[in-house]
Amino acid sequence: MNPTITPWDRFLDSFFKLEVMRDYLPEIASGFLLTCHLALAVVATGLTLGLLLAIIRAYDFWLTSWLIAVFADVMRALPPLVFILLFYFGLPGVGLEMSGYTVTWLTLTLVLAAFSEEIFRAGILATPKGQWEAARSTGLGFGETLAFVIMPQAVRMTVPPLTNRTIAITKNTALGTVVGVGEILNQATTGQSFSGNASPLVLGAAAYLILFVPVVIFGRWVETRFAWRRQ
Amino acid sequence: MDFILQNFFNLDIMSQAWPMLLRGFGMTLFLVVVVIPVGCLGGLTVAIGSQSPWRWVRWSTIVYVDFFRAFPPLVLLIFLYAGLPFAGVDLPAIVTVALAFLLNTSAYYGEIFRAGIESVGRGQTEAARSTGLTAAQTMGWVVLPQAVRNVMPDLVSNTLEVAKLTSLASVVALPELLYSADMARSITFNATPIVMAAGFYLVLLWPMVRLLSRLEHRQMAGR
Repeated sequence: MNPTITPWDRFLDSFFKLEVMRDYLPEIASGFLLTCHLALAVVATGLTLGLLLAIIRAYDFWLTSWLIAVFADVMRALPPLVFILLFYFGLPGVGLEMSGYTVTWLTLTLVLAAFSEEIFRAGILATPKGQWEAARSTGLGFGETLAFVIMPQAVRMTVPPLTNRTIAITKNTALGTVVGVGEILNQATTGQSFSGNASPLVLGAAAYLILFVPVVIFGRWVETRFAWRRQ
Repeated sequence: MDFILQNFFNLDIMSQAWPMLLRGFGMTLFLVVVVIPVGCLGGLTVAIGSQSPWRWVRWSTIVYVDFFRAFPPLVLLIFLYAGLPFAGVDLPAIVTVALAFLLNTSAYYGEIFRAGIESVGRGQTEAARSTGLTAAQTMGWVVLPQAVRNVMPDLVSNTLEVAKLTSLASVVALPELLYSADMARSITFNATPIVMAAGFYLVLLWPMVRLLSRLEHRQMAGR
């Protein structure tokens, strides 16, 4: 072995090898785009479904309310990875085959829907009864009261918990790597095992920091911005 | 219908996989019992650091918290698992898992405890100090008990998340509940063991979900 190689050189060579980084940069970049794509899809469908379920539950029909309550509890109690494995490996057995991307999207959508339904519902229940009574006495119907009086107040109350929960669930897009979705983590570990060098992992870590540090700081800002409502 | 029973609720496979899953469940319980207190202690340290009179200590806690909250926990785990050997550090899977979970959960618990400590009025600290309590006594006996009560829903919510987090250890081949279930699935070519694992998780975590719901409703109603 060349005596001039110091441990520091070896460290740089393992984690910051420029040739390897250049080779795998396009892969990491495509993983970055896929992660963004998947995260945005999950946020859009998950929050919409959660809001829809909370509105259905507000009508207080025993069967739908009970079904939604069971759905929300099960989705909140189980680790998302359980559903990913169940959908990916279990459903083909009954003739339903989905890609890893679809499975990850579906799982995270259901999990976000369950959590956001509960948060929206807590917001609806926390809106004072007098608001309902006043709105109904002016001649608004149940649906109109819910849409124009209750929801605008309830949604505002739920912004901080909803933001934090949504951020946490979008980070779970990394779970897609288990079923072969080519997002950042998957590209980074594939690159690491092909090159036998840890530099793709460092690139992947940088990609996650670029993506999520602003999101985390945004979450912190939302919390302080809405904090005065707690009084 | 029969088809679904065969694939997801197969009794033969259930009895075969039972001992394997039970062992996996034991490992999951062990992880839960180790990771939650250690993460809480780490978080408490971070939170107390965030109240430090020295600016550089306060800032480094913010950097620590935001850095580790930006990494998805699975990413942290896999990067440590795949990356540390390159740095010449070879740790057993369970130590890597414990380390990754400590870094991740202490950041989250730290942020929650910090919010709790800051929700307790300054007057409390001043009053306690003026009665002759030291700074440490004030923190332990006056501020923290109130802080913990104020952020109880967030603490329960995070603890639930940490318990679910242990399932990630399956990805680095640590034989906890989900890993055992997935092994059983690949041996039997049947998804029943995963449904069983879901049952185990439900038994362990459903009471916590109920408790969380009650606390959350109380918190929002109190606003």
